[in-house]
Amino acid sequence: MNQTITLTYTISGDDFTRAGEASSDVKKKLKQMGANPEVIRKVAISMYEGEINMVIHAHGGEITVFISSTEIIIRLKDEGPGIVDVELAMQAGYSTAPDNVRALGFGAGMGLPNMKKYSDEMNIDTILGEGTTVTIKVYM
Amino acid sequence: MTVRDVKEILGAQVISGEEFLNREAHTGCGSDMMSDVLAFVKEQCVLLTGLCNLQVVRTAEMMDVVCIVFVRGKRPDEAMIELANEREIPLLCTGHRMFTACGLLYQNGLRGGTSN
Repeated sequence: MNQTITLTYTISGDDFTRAGEASSDVKKKLKQMGANPEVIRKVAISMYEGEINMVIHAHGGEITVFISSTEIIIRLKDEGPGIVDVELAMQAGYSTAPDNVRALGFGAGMGLPNMKKYSDEMNIDTILGEGTTVTIKVYM
Repeated sequence: MTVRDVKEILGAQVISGEEFLNREAHTGCGSDMMSDVLAFVKEQCVLLTGLCNLQVVRTAEMMDVVCIVFVRGKRPDEAMIELANEREIPLLCTGHRMFTACGLLYQNGLRGGTSN
């Protein structure tokens, strides 16, 4: 595989039950491509966490996935409120998720730490009031 | 331990995925917090939960869990069953409470995996 495959997903911010469909699709495609199971697992978990975050905090957004022979780059771009304190948000257990989200089993403050844990590189660009772009990279 | 063993030990009802009962489970995880499941679950895990919504099945899919056991008599709805069938994840239901269900599986040899 010499060229890069690009996949784009629009994430709806209204319907929590649909959160995860994009990650599921990427997982399926990587499996079809015969990617290493550990790579698939890392991509699936980190992207799913990112997708959930988008729905919870930013009313959705857009995810672009670039798959090449050496790496998978996932760019999660939203136009949400931005992250006030990135360092704090990266701490395991810190969460600003509302109660209705906790009732659904999320908001334990593990989202961003998990994305970092399961990716090989992660970068957060955030501007208050304008939005956040999280880019994660997993090596093939 | 296979999914069939889990079913028998817990006296559980198989809601879907009857064809995957021979699947081998290596660890167990009991949690109602999917965030924690995503953070801590290891390979070939049985997921026990009292949470009953579509994201439980999604989380299980991402983690490649062996089967989901709903405790305290919780029952998945049609959308959950449909997604679980699509993703080939067996769904089991038991009337046991979480502590008891986990304890029974532990007593029969299933472990939680190493902490990290």
